[in-house]
Amino acid sequence: MTDLQTKPEGVGFGRVSRKEDARFVRGKGNYLDDIALPNMLYGAVLRSPYAHARIKSIDTAAAQAHPKVKAVITGQILESLNLAWIPSLSHDVIAVLATDKVRYQGQEVAFVIAEDRYSARDALELIDVDYELLPPVVDAKRALDPDAPVIRDDIEGKKDNYIFDWGSGNEEATEAAFKKADIVVEQEMLYPRVHPAPMETCGAIADMDPISGKLTIYCTTQAPHAHRTLYALVAGLPEHKLRVISPDIGGGFGNKVGIYPGYVLAVVGSIVTKRPVKWMEDRSENLMSTSFARDYHMKGKIAATKDGKILGLRVDVLADHGAFNNTAQPSKFPAGFFHVFSGSYDLEAAYCSVRGVYTNKAPGGVAYACSFRVTEAVYAVERMVDRLALELDIDPAELRMKNLLKPEQFPYTSPTGWEYDSGEYPRALELAMKISGYQELRKEQAEKRRRGELMGIGISFFTETVGAGPKKHMDILGLGMADGCEVRVHPTGKAVVRLSVQTQGQGHETTFAQIVSEVTGIPVADVEVVHGDTDNTPFGLGTYGSRSTPVSGAAAAVASKRIVEKAKLIAAAMLECSPDDLEWESGRWHIKGDPTAGKTISEIAFAAHSTQELPQGMEGHLDASCVYDPPNLTFPFGAYICVVDVDPGTGKVTVRRFIAVDDCGPRINPMIVEGQIHGGLADGVGMALMEQIAFDEDGNCLGGSLMDYLLPTALECPSWETGETVTPSPHHPLGLKGVGESATVGSPPAVVNAVLDALKPFGVKHADMPLTPAQVWRAMQGRPMRTDLAIQ
Amino acid sequence: MQVPAPIAYERATSLSNAIELLSRHGPESRIIAGGHSLLPMMKLRLARPEVVIDINDLAELDYIRANSDHLQIGAMVRHASLMNSDIANRYFPIFREAETVIADPIVRNRGTVGGSLCQADPAEDLAAVFAALKASVVITGNNGSRTVPISSFHIGPYMTVVEPDELLTEVIVPLRTHVGSAYEKVERRAGDWGIASVGAMIVLNSGQISEAGIGLAAVRADHFRAVEAESFLLGKQPTADVIAQAALIASENCQPVADQRGPEDYKRHLVKELTTRALNRAIDKAREEGT
Amino acid sequence: MQVSMTINGEQVSREIEARLLLVHFIRETAGLTGTHWGCDTSNCGTCVVLMDGVPVKSCTVLAAMANGRNITTVEGLETNGELDSVQRGFIEMHGLQCGFCTPGMMLTARWLLDNNPHPTDAEIREAISGQICRCTGYENIVRAIRWAAEHESGTGHNITEGIGA
Repeated sequence: MTDLQTKPEGVGFGRVSRKEDARFVRGKGNYLDDIALPNMLYGAVLRSPYAHARIKSIDTAAAQAHPKVKAVITGQILESLNLAWIPSLSHDVIAVLATDKVRYQGQEVAFVIAEDRYSARDALELIDVDYELLPPVVDAKRALDPDAPVIRDDIEGKKDNYIFDWGSGNEEATEAAFKKADIVVEQEMLYPRVHPAPMETCGAIADMDPISGKLTIYCTTQAPHAHRTLYALVAGLPEHKLRVISPDIGGGFGNKVGIYPGYVLAVVGSIVTKRPVKWMEDRSENLMSTSFARDYHMKGKIAATKDGKILGLRVDVLADHGAFNNTAQPSKFPAGFFHVFSGSYDLEAAYCSVRGVYTNKAPGGVAYACSFRVTEAVYAVERMVDRLALELDIDPAELRMKNLLKPEQFPYTSPTGWEYDSGEYPRALELAMKISGYQELRKEQAEKRRRGELMGIGISFFTETVGAGPKKHMDILGLGMADGCEVRVHPTGKAVVRLSVQTQGQGHETTFAQIVSEVTGIPVADVEVVHGDTDNTPFGLGTYGSRSTPVSGAAAAVASKRIVEKAKLIAAAMLECSPDDLEWESGRWHIKGDPTAGKTISEIAFAAHSTQELPQGMEGHLDASCVYDPPNLTFPFGAYICVVDVDPGTGKVTVRRFIAVDDCGPRINPMIVEGQIHGGLADGVGMALMEQIAFDEDGNCLGGSLMDYLLPTALECPSWETGETVTPSPHHPLGLKGVGESATVGSPPAVVNAVLDALKPFGVKHADMPLTPAQVWRAMQGRPMRTDLAIQ
Repeated sequence: MQVPAPIAYERATSLSNAIELLSRHGPESRIIAGGHSLLPMMKLRLARPEVVIDINDLAELDYIRANSDHLQIGAMVRHASLMNSDIANRYFPIFREAETVIADPIVRNRGTVGGSLCQADPAEDLAAVFAALKASVVITGNNGSRTVPISSFHIGPYMTVVEPDELLTEVIVPLRTHVGSAYEKVERRAGDWGIASVGAMIVLNSGQISEAGIGLAAVRADHFRAVEAESFLLGKQPTADVIAQAALIASENCQPVADQRGPEDYKRHLVKELTTRALNRAIDKAREEGT
Repeated sequence: MQVSMTINGEQVSREIEARLLLVHFIRETAGLTGTHWGCDTSNCGTCVVLMDGVPVKSCTVLAAMANGRNITTVEGLETNGELDSVQRGFIEMHGLQCGFCTPGMMLTARWLLDNNPHPTDAEIREAISGQICRCTGYENIVRAIRWAAEHESGTGHNITEGIGA
């Protein structure tokens, strides 16, 4: 728990402008494609135009003859280096370059390295690939049909497209709850495939020093240390000769967690050419081949008494993992944290099952600010609660209020075994209803319905599950998910803090300085944050799943506390008193009862580096470090209310208002937290209303450019209305919880519930995202469409 | 990012120079004005001209003017200029209504009227606008200029009657009195092509419809026009029933195909809905003008 | 071919391939990497620069087409070491997170304010509607531009005056 004592201006938590803005507003950021190393070459990837085809031959002679081409790499060459296939993060393999078959449109087939990017692109057209077309399967619901083409015939003995079955919860208890219920509501729903689409695409520059053998990889990665270790494990490269640098990153949202074939190809390219090689994907490559998100076909079933007490919940999922099982998540969790799907409600029993299948679609699955599939979980439960409200004809706010967990139930163990750390749920929902003027909105809606106008009010209450994670529960490829942090106070009292996590816009250079400042009293301006370079920072698994504050932030807080404790002993030596006689004020130890007699952290730092005699056994300097293994995840939560208007003649949805009340514990920098929430709300509007990656029956990706994959603009987003409650985490050293993904997780069901509420007069019970004008109109006709397949 | 294949570049200094360059370089040359249709196609390597001829210096084609009978719009007029043109919108507010929903403000700073028409995208809004207004276009080549009604300008998706050595230079819109015009478009998101778009122009004479224009975009109407619906309206009083029937005819007067913007039935529904809305607003404006 | 243009007041002349895109000329030939690119289809607007005072998507302009023209990039917003009010607004109101769309957003904002010094929120949203931001949900960008409108220096840093639409 943070001590909210008075602090001088410029110290600790609070709204301060960001340090990183100074370079960004001047155009002096340093993103991957801004880096130009001397003698650098450019790579380009030839990709499959087909979703499923056997490669009969690849002729690269003409490309190699191009005057500016330095090398052409094919799968055959990689095979000789034992690098054609690399392990995925989910007990599978992925192809770096296809050798036998291509398995989705956009898959990597060859890599050209040339003097400049234009020539590299030109040379791709000179490669002749002879394909034998195979029938594709893009509909997950048909992937297990007996006559479905087998996608993964590279796996010995594989005769189908089945990947795994996994379940969580108590199935028997859940069935028992259903038996005694007055009402059971079932609903099938799809959380369609979407893409995080950061404005900066993915890329890497590999620079192998042929003399020292040191390989430096500049990469758009959210997890530089994890990448370094994976390169070492996969390619057998010595880890001490590997340096991964994350420069400024133009948004990540999960897209930049994994290792993509292009990165490996840049590395191979640099080894082959002995020159630095840059590879930067274009937008279509980004959308068509790098990590998508979701693609969960869910069958929900909710049980309740007739007066609206929810008893049980069951969700059965068909999970489309694409051509390789390459979801990035803790190893023991094939469905991520989906099993937190019982959400924010006090129910007797819950059970989920998840079946994963292969399709001829790009691999991935966990990305787009989803907290390892909590997004899908929240969508499932929040849609089911709304469906129940519809059947029971109870106001959805009232139904939620009746079933929300109560403050006295925390810490709360969910039916699937999660221990929610803290929560005061009714307070958040009450606040959201108050800000929105909920009762007035319902009156307005009734008025409008009488006039034939369609207005909808949608609610979502979410519990997030972030800060992965405790070693005892989770790992990634055997690596524990602890993060290191080092704090060093210089002799003059200025500090440097070194982090393992990686900002992609979250503002770590400011917020981590604020954490150190909050604890040590050193002004924020005097704390420098170092990150994004594995040679200069401690090990840790990086930034995703909203884990920076819960894990690395805790490490920074603990290291800072160690500094303050050491400073106490030094102050006692300086003041010639017992440490027990000292009292802490922000940035200074003083003698209890005599505030004039004290030593500031600057004075103490200088002393620590001076000839000052230190207590027996104490080493000099004022440094500390911490490797933080979180005892639990943190569970931020929130109540969202969305108000929409639907044009009854065209089906066009306008989001009129969006009210978001978030509780992430104390806020390091309220301005930054609010900004992250705004961004996630826009994500929710995008996913709910327009973002779509469907596939036609030939396996063509129909969302492969920003002309087709629509991201919301300023005109689709309302002016967000935010509110806050504060429920600290009992186990985080400063009471903090993660928040980066809360709004992306929580907002889609609010928008969808609002649109379906607007369509209530038409008897519409459900329609899948995205709720485009066509989908809304079709729902009004009672014929909503499947949104994972091409519109017929 | 994606980059175009090699090209040669010529910058035309005048209209006659542009035509000369077109003749010299032949059918593998393309005119570039705003470039917002052509360059993305070149980057995706769906278009591969050998020579691009830049006509951005042709200020002589950048004008909007009216004489007593016609509004004349030069081919190099940018979307933003047409949107903000007092003179064009005084006669036909449909211009501002349509331009407001064409692409985005930045693209509108570059894209041109001539380029939009010559690109001949089936979803091009200006094609529907000029179809509704029954405009003509002036095409200039080595042998001088010819004037072609907009109804015979487009000969298929991405195809027009402009010959390889010719250039679209002007759009002419006849002026009318007691005229009203309006544009309706439904798009998935701001800046997207329309799912369906409808432009309407109505001239009222003693309370009766004496001229009607209905332009349709994105629904594969022949020449972007709902001719049968237009004919149906002629000589009729603009009652709700008449408008509803015209809208129904318009929705049958096109061949929309399903794509990711929507299924066929929805697109037809939209044509009906938007035709009704556009006609109603055009009629209201024509009435206002009449009083 | 030889092209020559003025970028942020400085003449830049180079021999280039005719197909070179303006965004690459600015980033790689002139070395001004503050201008970004984010798509291939002129949808995202991260590459916006001012050409003769008007915002254009520099990924959809050939460098050759900019021959003889006047280009302003994000690096040209600051004058004599003093940030433009738009830059200050983006810092004050937290109008940026990852910073990738920011240069283009700020240039459009500068153009908007030069032509409409007191825009409504709706006008601000319309002006930036051809540019995508994935981080901010736009609200703080709107606030940043509003802040800039309210804090214009008054001495006139009107870089698009007289040459803009």
